[in-house]
Amino acid sequence: MARPVQYNITNKPLEKPISIVSAPEGYMGEGFFASKLSDVVGLARKNSIWPLPFATSCCGIEFMALMASHYDLARFGSERVSFTPRQCDLLMVMGTIAKKMAPVVKQVYLQMAEPRWVLAMGACASSGGIFDTYSVLQGIDQIIPVDVYVPGCPPRPEAVIDGFMRIQELVEHESLRRRNSDRYKELMETYGIQ
Amino acid sequence: MALTNEIIRHKLIEKFGEEVTGFEEPYGMLSFTSDKNLNLKLLQFLYDEPSLGFRFLTDLCAVHYPNNTGKELAVVYHLHNLRENVRLRYKVFTDIAKPDVFSAYALFSAANWMERETFDFFGVNFVGHPNLKRILNVEEMEYFPLRKEYPLEDQKRIDKDDEMFGREGETQAYIK
Repeated sequence: MARPVQYNITNKPLEKPISIVSAPEGYMGEGFFASKLSDVVGLARKNSIWPLPFATSCCGIEFMALMASHYDLARFGSERVSFTPRQCDLLMVMGTIAKKMAPVVKQVYLQMAEPRWVLAMGACASSGGIFDTYSVLQGIDQIIPVDVYVPGCPPRPEAVIDGFMRIQELVEHESLRRRNSDRYKELMETYGIQ
Repeated sequence: MALTNEIIRHKLIEKFGEEVTGFEEPYGMLSFTSDKNLNLKLLQFLYDEPSLGFRFLTDLCAVHYPNNTGKELAVVYHLHNLRENVRLRYKVFTDIAKPDVFSAYALFSAANWMERETFDFFGVNFVGHPNLKRILNVEEMEYFPLRKEYPLEDQKRIDKDDEMFGREGETQAYIK
C-alpha cells in the first residue's frame, strides 16, 4: 500500500557518495576564480544558517525529530542550534503562540541581528490553527514578518526540510541591499519596528 | 467518630440557622449556599471550629448562570479537611451588575491567585484582595471571556484573518 504522505515515496539513489554545493557562476582560470561578491556571500549564508528554535508545543517535538540523526538538519549546515537570538539567522517559531507570549516572540526577533529570517512552522504559528479563541495569537505575522510558512498540524519533518530549503533559496538570492531598501523599511514600519 | 456530612450540616444549622440553605449531596459531597455577605464568617467558622477543621482551600472558581436573574455569578469554594479527609463545596451567588464578593485572602493565602484567576475570567470583584489584576490573560483584555454572554464567535475580535480560515470577506460577526 502506498504511504499516506506525499514525501519520500520513491527512493532516489544517491548521485555521489559525498555531495558538496557547486560553485557559483563565474570565470575560472589558472589560479583564479572571479564571481560576484553577492553570489559568494549568498552561498556562504545559505549553507550556514543558524536556527533559533522557538518551540512552544507539539511542532517542537517534530523539530526534535528534524534535528536528530534520521532527518538530520545538519546536512544543510544548520546543526548549530542556538539559544541566544543574537547569534542566529533564522527564527523558527513552532507551536501555538498565546497573546501573552506575543511580546516575547517580538523581543526575540528584535534581538536578532540583520539579516534575519523567520519560518512559521505549523498551523498555529501560521494562522492560530484550531485555536480560534480569545487567548491565542492568530498567526505570528500579526507581530513579526514571516518569510516561509510550513503548513501541517504538525508538519512532518520532510515538510519542514522543504520549508527550510525555501528559506535557503531566499537567503541565496537575496540582494545585499535589500535590508537597506525603502520597501524593507516600509515593511518593518508596518510592524512598528525601526 | 468520623466526620459525616450530617454532622457538618448540623453544626452549620446550629451556628447560622436559616442563613445556610440549599443543602445537597451530589455524589456524596456536601454542598450548600448562603448569602454572599456571609461568606467570610462561614469560612472562618469552618476553619476555626475544632470538630470541623476545614483548613485547606482546594479550589475557588466561578460559574455563570445567565438565566438566574439577580444571581448570575456563583463563586464556588472547595474546602478540604485533611485530617478527616472530608471535602465540601460552598457556593455564594452574586448579581452580575455588581459582582462584589469579600476576598478570602486573609483566611487562605491560596485564595490570592485563585481569586485573581476568577476575576480574570468572570470579573468577580473580590473586595479586600491585595492585588486584583489579570493573571492569565493579557492585561489589555477588556472583557471577561468565560462569561456566557458572547456568541460562539467573538464579535470584539479584529485579529482574525479570514483568508486563513477559508472564509471570504466579512463574516457575520464583523457586520456591525
